[in-house]
Amino acid sequence: MSVVDRQEWDVVVVGAGGAGLRAAVEARERGARTAVICKSLFGKAHTVMAEGGIAAAMGNANPHDNWQVHFRDTLRGGKFLNQWRMAELHAREAPDRVWELETWGALFDRTKDGRISQRNFGGHEYPRLAHVGDRTGLELIRTLQQKVVALQQEDAKETGDYESRLKVFQECTVTRVLKQGNRVSGVFAYERESGRFFVLEAPAVVIATGGIGKSFKVTSNSWEYTGDGHALALLAGAPLLNMEFVQFHPTGMVWPPSVKGILVTESVRGDGGVLRNSDGKRFMFDYIPDVFKEKYAQSEDEADRWYDDPDNNRRPPELLPRDEVARAINAEVKAGRGSPHGGVFLDVSTRMPAEVIRRRLPSMYHQFKELADVDITAEAMEVGPTCHYVMGGIAVDSDTAAARGVEGLYAAGEVAGGMHGSNRLGGNSLSDLLVFGRRAGLHAARYATETAERPTVDEAEVDSAAAEALRPFSAEGPAPGEEDGRPPENPYALHQELQQTMNDLVGIIRREPEMRQALQKLAELRVRARRAGVEGHRQFNPGWHLALDLRNMLLVSECVARAALERTESRGGHTREDFPAMDRAWRRINLLCRLTDPTGGLAATDPVRGQITLSRETTEPIRPDLLALFEKEELVKYLAEEELYE
Amino acid sequence: MSSYEARFKVWRGDAQGGALEDFKVEVNDGEVVLDIIHRLQATQAPDLAVRWNCKAGKCGSCSAEINGRPRLMCMTRMSVFGRDETVTVTPLRAFPVVRDLVTDVGFNYRKAREIPSFVPPPGLGPGEYRMMQEDVDRPQEFRKCIECFLCQDTCHVVRDHEENKQVFAGPRFLMRVAELDMHPLDAAAESGLDRKRTAQDEHGLGYCNITKCCTEVCPEGIRITDNALIPLKERAVDRKYDPLVWLGSRIRRRPTAG
Repeated sequence: MSVVDRQEWDVVVVGAGGAGLRAAVEARERGARTAVICKSLFGKAHTVMAEGGIAAAMGNANPHDNWQVHFRDTLRGGKFLNQWRMAELHAREAPDRVWELETWGALFDRTKDGRISQRNFGGHEYPRLAHVGDRTGLELIRTLQQKVVALQQEDAKETGDYESRLKVFQECTVTRVLKQGNRVSGVFAYERESGRFFVLEAPAVVIATGGIGKSFKVTSNSWEYTGDGHALALLAGAPLLNMEFVQFHPTGMVWPPSVKGILVTESVRGDGGVLRNSDGKRFMFDYIPDVFKEKYAQSEDEADRWYDDPDNNRRPPELLPRDEVARAINAEVKAGRGSPHGGVFLDVSTRMPAEVIRRRLPSMYHQFKELADVDITAEAMEVGPTCHYVMGGIAVDSDTAAARGVEGLYAAGEVAGGMHGSNRLGGNSLSDLLVFGRRAGLHAARYATETAERPTVDEAEVDSAAAEALRPFSAEGPAPGEEDGRPPENPYALHQELQQTMNDLVGIIRREPEMRQALQKLAELRVRARRAGVEGHRQFNPGWHLALDLRNMLLVSECVARAALERTESRGGHTREDFPAMDRAWRRINLLCRLTDPTGGLAATDPVRGQITLSRETTEPIRPDLLALFEKEELVKYLAEEELYE
Repeated sequence: MSSYEARFKVWRGDAQGGALEDFKVEVNDGEVVLDIIHRLQATQAPDLAVRWNCKAGKCGSCSAEINGRPRLMCMTRMSVFGRDETVTVTPLRAFPVVRDLVTDVGFNYRKAREIPSFVPPPGLGPGEYRMMQEDVDRPQEFRKCIECFLCQDTCHVVRDHEENKQVFAGPRFLMRVAELDMHPLDAAAESGLDRKRTAQDEHGLGYCNITKCCTEVCPEGIRITDNALIPLKERAVDRKYDPLVWLGSRIRRRPTAG
């Protein structure tokens, strides 16, 4: 039996990005003693990478904007697959969440009359994104981080201890959510610095761990994005929703190789940047899909006039939702009209003066100058699609952010599914973090403080979690049932193979035989990953950390591949070459992934059966007053006949 | 694409001690120092400890000293070194080593807690804040800070003077005081808090003798000394005479490196 340090908290938040910190602030303000656990240092979460802004219909830049328009845009962007109640709450509450940040010290860029400035973005009808240059995510994280500190200062004044009611456990990784029966009882974690194990006992756990991009080779995501929260939920018995929808951001850097995938913000296009192929043609005009024909400019002249006169002109097609732009770039490159390093050209240099570029896009200017020796005020950037965001995630209740199937488990932010449907609009992520981070914190705190009897942590569960975490150190010896003397697998090599597999076989354009091949490969990698061995000891050992993260990436990758194979249509972030059209019959279908055998560990390696079982679920009809926000002509493009006449 | 084999010296060890270890490692076009450290992990030293996150100069995690100079590993291109030059990577010197290139930066988090937070203006609700762009420009410059702590590492007040850490917040957190002091709507004064005075009396502003080392290493190009520290000193001066302010206005700014 392992001796493991234990602490008692009311709410444990896993992840300290925008959603996690917003949840923690809310839970603490509602009187719950709250612990936050994060893999990185406090304030380094992936949210800092967000560039463009926070979408919120404040109407500062265009008074016609309101929550209904925002809701409509969000559903269009997600191709009507969104969990509509989430999209409604999100659109209604986002302005309050942004204004609240100002009261905590955030400094957004301003309009001429001193209000929060709002910028244009793909898929948003009006300028809607509150922003700070192109470093909005940093402002969001820093503001929330400083709000956490402000609360800790209050607590220190009262109790003498900064961490009496709100504590951040930084550089710690959670490997298991612990349960008593069907209720959450806490989490099992280790300190990355020392390798020491510990347990936080709590009746409520909020998962806010972000995405899964590190399962793909070309990605804008950092090392933290290994699908930890998705896997924790699966392992705890909660289902994941619509995991086939993965957003490939249209504009990632393509050169030099070492920075391939790093994001080039959509603000470049929002502020006037255009996409051209090797013939110098603005090709996006050729890629406006039927459902959007009436809403986008048909000529360059009209598109260019829109920036100054948006009421009388339609927007440029460079500002179509991300899935459309990514597919278009992919098609141009494939047709042989790409740039020298396999992307297309994104140009602002001929569109605005150098000093305007440097002021409005300072990080982009810096990033290209430093990393690629490219001066974006003088020449075009080369860009191509990069794995950016997963729309799928933990299935949650819209109002409370409670995960389905496990009492006391909540999820918010990228790790939660539903909100964005099949494709997320730019800017809707930061607002999602705030709206549902707050809701998760609120309901977790309520549940935790109203729970009469705290669940107890099962000793056997702690022991098996500890054994699981230590396995990579004993991988040198032959595993039971395996031949003697084989050397352990290198976790870095396994990770690279996984990334290549997902990138090549379950990437932006998908085909049935390739996805079947991916499932075979994943099964093989699962077997080998059980033998992933590490050298050295437990103190800050990145090889060990990666070996543990592999479990999560393999689970999540299987969910993506299985769901993608099942959905025989193309919609948003899921494009099937063999089923290129959107199928109205699929609009009402959610795909749920569950662990096939939650009790039997993860031994299952049968490539056909695998570890994941899929099921279909028909979604609730969209509420009539929300449907009434759309014209009938538009609805017929998305909804099945029987839905229209219900 | 051209590759070559580079020579690296990487400090390896822990709190008990350690030494520079020699490596020969492949380098490809366009790579940065962090790519090379990752290649060492994947091929030669799987347990080599290093912090990193975004790999795009936005999170400030991968701070280290490269050939003795505090830098972000992800923003230091290999092309700035000669092919026959040995590249030496060591952990930040001002903070205790945890392991290899990872240091204990807890000092910074402790100091962050000692700076009084933003005080919202009484009587203004959410959505009622009005500020002009020209008034937020100055504090916005400081909010570009990615908290890489390179300025804290290089500042000679603490770099070789552990004893000063008690009384000195360091450039990053003095800049935080300046930021709040310049926030158009911060109501600290109305609540009886004099931020300028606390900078001087509680956070050790007087220790700063404006050598501008912090500004030189800032990867965000924030003019910490000129725009945050000197103005803070100037504002403090009517409360407390500081000869360095007088001196500072007479020292020419050194050209920034890189």
